[in-house]
Amino acid sequence: MRHVVIIGAGQAGSSLAAKLRGLGFDGRVTLIGDEAHPPYQRPPLSKAYLTGKLDADSLALRGPSFYAERGIDLRLATKVTRIIPAKKRIELSAESLAYDDLVLATGATPIRLPADIGGSLANVFTLRTIADVEEITPHIGAGKRALIIGGGYIGLEVAAALSQSGVSVTLVELQERILGRVAAAETSAYFRSLHAERGVRLVEGVGLVSLEGEDRVRRARLSDGSCIDVDFVIVGIGVRPSVALAEATGLAVENGICVDALGRTSEAAIWAAGDCASFLWDGRRLRIESVPHAIDQAETVAANILGANRDYRPRPWFWSDQFDVKLQIAGLNTGYDRIVGRKGAKPGSCSYWYFAGEKLLAVDAINDARAYMTAKKLIDAGRSPSPLDVADGVFT
Amino acid sequence: MPTITFITAEGKEHAVTAEIGRSVMEIALEKSIPGVVAECNGSAACATCHCYFDPAYADMIGAIGEHESDMLDFTASPRRPESRLSCQVRIADALDGMTVRIPAMQ
Repeated sequence: MRHVVIIGAGQAGSSLAAKLRGLGFDGRVTLIGDEAHPPYQRPPLSKAYLTGKLDADSLALRGPSFYAERGIDLRLATKVTRIIPAKKRIELSAESLAYDDLVLATGATPIRLPADIGGSLANVFTLRTIADVEEITPHIGAGKRALIIGGGYIGLEVAAALSQSGVSVTLVELQERILGRVAAAETSAYFRSLHAERGVRLVEGVGLVSLEGEDRVRRARLSDGSCIDVDFVIVGIGVRPSVALAEATGLAVENGICVDALGRTSEAAIWAAGDCASFLWDGRRLRIESVPHAIDQAETVAANILGANRDYRPRPWFWSDQFDVKLQIAGLNTGYDRIVGRKGAKPGSCSYWYFAGEKLLAVDAINDARAYMTAKKLIDAGRSPSPLDVADGVFT
Repeated sequence: MPTITFITAEGKEHAVTAEIGRSVMEIALEKSIPGVVAECNGSAACATCHCYFDPAYADMIGAIGEHESDMLDFTASPRRPESRLSCQVRIADALDGMTVRIPAMQ
């Protein structure tokens, strides 16, 4: 019987297993995860789940009987130690499994601070898994002092969640502005004001020199010469694709596991999808960290394993919740040369439209669902409104 | 626990018992009801859990939010007066017997 083995039981791995069954595949499906929890949603970890507004059961992507009912052999808390492509086998700690098709859905791993600047002190955390949140939660409380390193989406979401729980939050961003790597200055400015109004201390253009403390972190020394007292630290300086297994297997890796348009790696019977995969799109290699992308790419790979021969076409979109503000992003803004701002119908709502010449690349919609949905449809269809019309609000 | 019945676009009925406090979208995913996609897993960010709710229960499913209403104006299947994002509707005792119709496209 044909056997598809999926390494990684996150959003991509779980979607892929479900899609194989949805497409009528009746061979064996084995889904292997290194975490103890059945596949769950990660986005709420830095939002509602962090502050106890959601319980662990609500995080589960599928009901408890889903995998068994579909004959998906879900193996949790299981590490894959080796892939042997020549024999089409993988090795787990205590056994080995034969596969016909293997999928790497290994996700990404948060970048940690180096130990020599205090990165391995107690109470210095990253946030990616339920286990991470379980370590952080006991430190959350009114009057506690948190330092967040990195002003990307994770850092800002965590800052919002913690400060709503009464934690006194300082966030430092090494670059001159928060969201510098992912958004335009206009979007940065909006979120800077939001956080400042809600009492988060945002420090931009300032780096961390070192974290200090004997048993646990107690102080942070910053590049502006200041030194602040902290109870705990959350590091949100980005992730790296989890490629160790792929590299050890000799697969092509370039900012992620290289796959072709179908999702196949440099080894014919091995596929990859989600955060760990770097795919060709528009003449360049792209790696996207987003739930909808993980689902879409995984489902495309599932179809291709069954012979569909369908190229993956990303329709990237993202969202972020901070305080009572919802940011929805359609498209990828890489290469923009112009930003057109547009006021929304409601107070406080607005959107920023990224153009390269006359081509619409992406939109950040802030509390503005109408702008987001309009833009998403345009971008998915490959259509561009004129920048002038966007500014004037001519179309809706 | 209340029972609610999902009816797919093809007319297939799935009667399920639903835990109080969970969202209708969560119940649909948990019971693997086809046609509820929920790409954003309940953040009201994607409008892919759009459903048509039994009008008889309109007063019991809570008011529609402004953001949700804006999202519903752009759903893949047409918005109707009984349209809601199922992630924004919470199961309560009063919803026992309610039917939820799933649109053809999300």
